[in-house]
Amino acid sequence: MAPVRTVLHSEKVAKQKEEKRPLPPVGVWAPAVALGWLVPGGGHFLLKRNGRGALLMLCVAGMFLCGLMMRGAMFQPQTGDLLTTLINTGGFIGDLCSGALYLLSVWLGYSQPDTAGHVHDYGTKFLVAAGLLNLLAVVDAFEIAAGRKD
Amino acid sequence: MPKMTLSHFEAAFLFSVFTSVVLGIVTKRTDRERLQYGLYTFGMFLVALFGIGWLMFLGHR
Repeated sequence: MAPVRTVLHSEKVAKQKEEKRPLPPVGVWAPAVALGWLVPGGGHFLLKRNGRGALLMLCVAGMFLCGLMMRGAMFQPQTGDLLTTLINTGGFIGDLCSGALYLLSVWLGYSQPDTAGHVHDYGTKFLVAAGLLNLLAVVDAFEIAAGRKD
Repeated sequence: MPKMTLSHFEAAFLFSVFTSVVLGIVTKRTDRERLQYGLYTFGMFLVALFGIGWLMFLGHR
């Protein structure tokens, strides 16, 4: 029982130390975070994690393109009752997290009405999920740039 | 842009592949752990996919 308790205690101490580590200067992590948002996997490429960057780019871009080919709808921020605000504004933020993919598709005139059908529905979810996966990639790039992860 | 028409299973399978790869990459610290976690996540997606599919099938009988 005692060794288990010691391991748990040392893990707790390590976690507390990690939490207390100060945030590095903005100049250290901001370029990786900004590039990671704009180009999926770009932050990892900037930090010389090319393999991981390529996989992230493939997955996020692949998911976004599948969403477009399924004719998924893009969300527009709307206010109203709580559920409307949550779904539409949350969905818009999710779409926006795809960075250049979202900006480019809107700029090139992609505008799909929200129609019934499971394929369109999956497409909408793919577009939002691609953005959310890119957000995870951006957080990972931040952690690498800040020296919290290899 | 070509149009893509997928079944529920194909769309959910594709979603599982992309999501598992990203989750594997961003959550773990070594390549071995990343591979293991990616495969584990993908397996869990498939278990949920078939499990919920069967539940819906039996619920509609």
